[in-house]
Amino acid sequence: MTRYLVIRAASLTLTLIVASVVIFAVIEVIPGDPAAFMLGLNATPEAIANLRAELGLGGSLIERYGAWITGMATGDFGISYTYRVPVSELVADRIWVSLPLAVMALILSTAIAVPVGVIAAASRGRVGDFSIMAVTQLGIAVPNFWFAMLLVLAYAVNRQWFPSGGFPGWDEPLGALRSLTLPAIALALPQAAILARVMRSALIETLDQDYIRTARAKGLSPGQAILRHALKNALIPVLTIIGLQFSFLLAGAIIIENVFYLPGLGRLIFQGITQRDLVVVESVTMLLVFAVILVTFLVDVAYAVVDPRLRRR
Amino acid sequence: MNRLPATLLLGTLITAVFAVAALLSLVWTPHDTTALSISDRFLPWSSVHPLGTDQYGRDMVSMLMEGTRTSIAVALIAIGIGITLGVPLGLIAAAHRGSALDEVIMRGNDMVFAFPSLVIAILITAIYGPSATNAILAIGIFNIPVFARVARGGALPIWTLDYILAARTAGKSRARISAEHILPNIANLLIVQATIQFSLGILAEAGLSYVGLGAQPPVASLGKMLSEAQTLIYSNPGLAVLPGLSIVILVLGLNLMGDGLRDALDPRLRRART
Repeated sequence: MTRYLVIRAASLTLTLIVASVVIFAVIEVIPGDPAAFMLGLNATPEAIANLRAELGLGGSLIERYGAWITGMATGDFGISYTYRVPVSELVADRIWVSLPLAVMALILSTAIAVPVGVIAAASRGRVGDFSIMAVTQLGIAVPNFWFAMLLVLAYAVNRQWFPSGGFPGWDEPLGALRSLTLPAIALALPQAAILARVMRSALIETLDQDYIRTARAKGLSPGQAILRHALKNALIPVLTIIGLQFSFLLAGAIIIENVFYLPGLGRLIFQGITQRDLVVVESVTMLLVFAVILVTFLVDVAYAVVDPRLRRR
Repeated sequence: MNRLPATLLLGTLITAVFAVAALLSLVWTPHDTTALSISDRFLPWSSVHPLGTDQYGRDMVSMLMEGTRTSIAVALIAIGIGITLGVPLGLIAAAHRGSALDEVIMRGNDMVFAFPSLVIAILITAIYGPSATNAILAIGIFNIPVFARVARGGALPIWTLDYILAARTAGKSRARISAEHILPNIANLLIVQATIQFSLGILAEAGLSYVGLGAQPPVASLGKMLSEAQTLIYSNPGLAVLPGLSIVILVLGLNLMGDGLRDALDPRLRRART
């Protein structure tokens, strides 16, 4: 186990280093001078020189990368050029929109997908299974941002149950939750469709195992056999997919935040792009990639804890 | 294989309808989509404009045809990138299984997988500006590890077969064996995967152009039509519904075709499909 952890941690570190080099390189290979790029056409040479100094563009590429990555590791993400405040402050504000949104969507999609997948597997080959598979097939085909627009139309315009956009802040906990409800549903349902199919096939695979036949022979009903024996084992691949879905949820959240005008990390990146605020784009992108890689790592480790066979690869 | 799966027939039919509409839009659309006419805006459904007109007076049928063409073109070229780079990488990795080369290729794959694709697209467009080309690049980069993985996974069991050993003994190089014996045998797998990546590409293109990172005016795109319709959703919900429905039906058709192809080409997978 220790050896497995060490190898996985080394691979995690390597992935992070490569990811940071890629992000740094993409930002740095901007045609021309990043400072001139950020200030636009009408900038005075003086302003450009000042910004160059501020961004630390004087040093060599390696020095700049070193400074950036040390900053990232110690929580200093640079100063946003447009907002004139540390990027870490912007992130600290906005993460309390994006993170609850992703978590709500994750909980919602799991809460829907697991029972639905179980029902489909239990009624394999019959009408219930067929209808569930048809609905999930449709769910996979729906772009979440379009689904979000339909939700707005149905539940914010025609029936004004939820706000169509904006975020009141967590000072108003109920209002905040209401603002996040439609976005979370929009993110969760297409993901739930995928997850339900994974749950179904994992469970069907498990139900074909000998020990399930034994359990049934002992007199357990099909429902009992599923709940007591099959579900636990079928959940292992499902857990992996849930972990991997985090990265899709994060990417999806970037788009969904734009549909609902939510002041989260996704909107921060887009504002950074339109305002040419490269410091914001570079650091927030790195944070998102870090989050995704870390979650994947944690899922791998959790997987190995649950399933000892994996450690001996 | 006496009977083709119903999913395959239905999926192929849907896909064919969209493909024909997209191809047709290259030479003919019912109306010109570059001619804006404010007096014709928001027209209801009629015999002249079967699905009405948008906020600039453009014919919706024509817009949908051209938007579909953009989606299909972007997704197809992105698959082309994935296949031309990913398949050789996967074949090389399989031919040198367990070597350092194999390890480097597969770990490189893992790393690309670790990036959310949208984040890469954001990076590319942040620097080089939004365009259909950059959307293709962003989606295409993500197809590379997918095809590499499928090609390697499919090639590995074939390398253990006797006739490959015979070919080795006959003095054929690994590269020649990969091209002459392995590739034809994994073609099925690659075709099925291509259908899946096709539908994912359509969804990704829609998302990118929705947030303004994809095709730019005057190129019509389903995602952009959706983002333009968003502010009009109160007064003209139809404008937001039609492009979305087109995406859903096209993706559904591709997914059904992929499922059906998989069933038809590899009956062993039929039972355990997700």
